[in-house]
Amino acid sequence: MTREEAPGARDVAVVAFAQTDHRRTSEELSEVEMLMPVLHEVMASTGLRTADIGFTCSGSSDYLAGRAFSFTLALDGVGAWPPISESHVEMDGAWALYEAWVKLRTGDADTALVYSYGKSSPGSVRDVLTRQLDPYYLAPLWPDSVALAALQAQALIDAGATDEPALAAVGARSRADAAGNPHAQLRGAVPQGEYLVRPLRTGDCPPIGDGAAAVVLAAGERARDLCERPAWIRGIDHRIEAHGIGVRDLTDSPSTRIAAERAGALERPVDTAELHAPFSSQEVVLRRALGLDETVRVNPSGGALAANPIMAAGLVRIGEAAARIHRGESDRALAHATSGPCLQQNLVAVLEGDPR
Amino acid sequence: MSAILKAPLTVEFPFTRSVGPVQSAFLTGLRERVVLGVRTGDGKVLVPPVEYDPVTAEEIRDLVEVAPTGTVTTWAWNHEPRRGQPLATPFAWVLVRLDGADTALLHALDAPGPGAVRTGMRVRVRWAEERSGAITDIACFEPYDGQPVEPAGHSGEFQEAITGIVAAARLDYTYSPGRAQTGYIEALGDRRIVGERCPSCRKVYVPPRGACPTCGVATEERVEVGPAGTVTTFCIVNIKAKNLDIEVPYVYAHIALDGAGLALHGRIAGIPYDQVRMGLRVEPVWTEGARYPDHYRPTGEPDADYDTFKELL
Repeated sequence: MTREEAPGARDVAVVAFAQTDHRRTSEELSEVEMLMPVLHEVMASTGLRTADIGFTCSGSSDYLAGRAFSFTLALDGVGAWPPISESHVEMDGAWALYEAWVKLRTGDADTALVYSYGKSSPGSVRDVLTRQLDPYYLAPLWPDSVALAALQAQALIDAGATDEPALAAVGARSRADAAGNPHAQLRGAVPQGEYLVRPLRTGDCPPIGDGAAAVVLAAGERARDLCERPAWIRGIDHRIEAHGIGVRDLTDSPSTRIAAERAGALERPVDTAELHAPFSSQEVVLRRALGLDETVRVNPSGGALAANPIMAAGLVRIGEAAARIHRGESDRALAHATSGPCLQQNLVAVLEGDPR
Repeated sequence: MSAILKAPLTVEFPFTRSVGPVQSAFLTGLRERVVLGVRTGDGKVLVPPVEYDPVTAEEIRDLVEVAPTGTVTTWAWNHEPRRGQPLATPFAWVLVRLDGADTALLHALDAPGPGAVRTGMRVRVRWAEERSGAITDIACFEPYDGQPVEPAGHSGEFQEAITGIVAAARLDYTYSPGRAQTGYIEALGDRRIVGERCPSCRKVYVPPRGACPTCGVATEERVEVGPAGTVTTFCIVNIKAKNLDIEVPYVYAHIALDGAGLALHGRIAGIPYDQVRMGLRVEPVWTEGARYPDHYRPTGEPDADYDTFKELL
């Protein structure tokens, strides 16, 4: 979606954000039991009730818990009676937010509830994620998510874009920043650990965990009613790379750069960037693609290296960026979400607060 | 409360897929020890081949044989192979640009250790002894310091070309039903049926899932329901299900257990199928060792008045 304003198009803002504490396991809770407190929290912070929400959209994946149509059970937590306008994406909640944003921009609704969740603890997430790969050439070989990220990391090292100490520093900085984030799974100093798949060590990889996140969007004046300082979505766009991993230059992310251009992120500097980089090497790729320098605060929340609830971690990036604007800690922030192996698909949003 | 229930859950499926002309040629070629790529409009050779140009989206069919030798473009050392991966001993994941190709193929490289692998090293295909027309017909790559192998210029036409693949998948989970359903399942072990009452609308959900889908709030107050209940609606089943030892026709019904806010379903027996009716009062019949009622049978009470169950239909 381009930034040119369509006639009658309305501004849309993130007005509330909530997330669970992300944990290695939440086996005592069903998915809806894990999700519900987050839904209640995000609704309570706006004073909205279910009946006030114009559109509801969620993101999750059946493969994580190994259950078909699991999102329909999670709907129990929303209060879907009398019938509501609802949709679901089998992707990170950031893409559910994109769908909701379109709905609000076109005037079909004034408010939207967006949520996503992932329980990775029941299965082996490295194996589960192989099932999203091309079924002809890749999936039969079972290359796991760490292995694919490690190929990308070695390509970066070969290109001189980083080295193992620099990668370790990304992980250390992320977890140090996460010390101030009560929801994060890994906080403070974490050993860099042994190689999982060389050149990536445990410290370069995200923790595996369960968690959920929710966001409320509102259009125009409704946003100002619900939030003292709404985080206006000035632009949002998502792009995908060529399907074949061996077709791509793994040291670059043209899809991220194009999405950022189309979202208007490169027109003026941002002060904050919440990047969805589950592996330390992927932060290197994204910084290069986006041209971020040292003046930009990257992942003050700790990012995905501190908490990576699959299907929610991208929505968390948008939520964390918006929350900094709500709190007055940022005026213009970039939020990024990714999905698929080696930064296959990328979404970029630009969020701004009203001038102070 | 007692511990949350857990049980192993295996999801296994044969992912059966048809292939188009280009993938068919490539996979059949592997069966015959021939590696084929496809040439794009601007002359690039893609290996593995695709049917549409990733840049222009034009359909591409121009097959071209490439060498079984090539160069590693990047690698990662996998010291702990996982189930299903090409080699059971430590190996390197590699992207290999085969001689004559412009893109790289992902596979495994059999090497003694990470010290023996580097970007730019020369490798060649090691063929699987038994080949079926799948990416696994390449067993792996192995280091190779000889001359590039000159491809014979195969046309891509094969006898008995393969038309599909089966990508078998198995994922293992530890399933936990969560707090509410654990309570339900444990009560069944004592031949009791429990629900949970919504604190807001007071409706009793059976089985409980921990939330009221109408109000969107958590349910916690446990309520025992039944054992008797009322048939709210039913159907007569005339088709015998595979592996089900029940004579047809039989009756499958919605049953509102006394005290429940919605009906659950079960089979009705102990009464001729054509005498089952809305309002019939029934009770569960448990069989030895079963984990849920086998069926429901008439209690002999007078039928329930329609007004008492019309909200539960």
